[in-house]
Amino acid sequence: MEYILFYGLATTSVTAALVVVFANRVIYSALALIVCFGAIAGLFFQLDAQFIAAVQVIVYAGAIMVLFLFVIMLLDPESEDFSTDRLKQIPILVVPLAAALAFILIQVTFLWSENASRSLSAGGHTAGSLQMTGNTESLARLLFREYLLPFEITSILILSAVLGAVILTRRPE
Amino acid sequence: MIPSTHYLVVAALLFVIGVSGVILRRNVITMFMCIELMLNAVNLTFITFSRFLNQLDGQIFVLFVMTVAAAEAAVGLALIVILSRRADTLDVDQADTMKW
Repeated sequence: MEYILFYGLATTSVTAALVVVFANRVIYSALALIVCFGAIAGLFFQLDAQFIAAVQVIVYAGAIMVLFLFVIMLLDPESEDFSTDRLKQIPILVVPLAAALAFILIQVTFLWSENASRSLSAGGHTAGSLQMTGNTESLARLLFREYLLPFEITSILILSAVLGAVILTRRPE
Repeated sequence: MIPSTHYLVVAALLFVIGVSGVILRRNVITMFMCIELMLNAVNLTFITFSRFLNQLDGQIFVLFVMTVAAAEAAVGLALIVILSRRADTLDVDQADTMKW
């Protein structure tokens, strides 16, 4: 059951990601990206990160993608055709590059899992202890104690981003 | 319990798809969405490590990555709007004023 769910979510996310890259129209890419984010939220759920899964759906699939869809509807970009000469010659370079990068990343993954089997019991937040206190509560304790300063700095980052966006899109007088 | 490598391989695949999307596509909005895809792949890696090392720090980092992604989306989409307003194109190959 666990495995069926995992493989379903994994194939959904990877297929949706491929649609994002290879769709001719930008709006299809955006919709596929929403599906991909939803599937990744499901994977977060499986990894006992319920709060992050909810935030993923609300912030990513909700806020950020709505922003994207707004801009797409505002600008109405023309569809990009893959049959043009310019796009045809690029995959010759991209495919080996992507294959090499995937090989390296997966190799690192297996290297890590070999080392980790020796020293895995690093932290105290096991699945059992998280179930006792709750994922959100444990996360809040960590965020507002040890990571309080980074958290406050984040608010400055968001403020500057909002100001930047407002100033950038202002109509020139 | 599904082994950690399964999740990490999915994250690696998503990241590589995002990278190839940035190289392959010439539409600014699609390239930008591929960057978001890469950020999400990294988030998946963070959560996986957080789960299998029994530490919550990875989830805190994911929260910060999401904040940065939201800020980036706001500023980046503002830049895209200006680009289409000034150059009347969304093709990065045509926005080459600063190219040497």
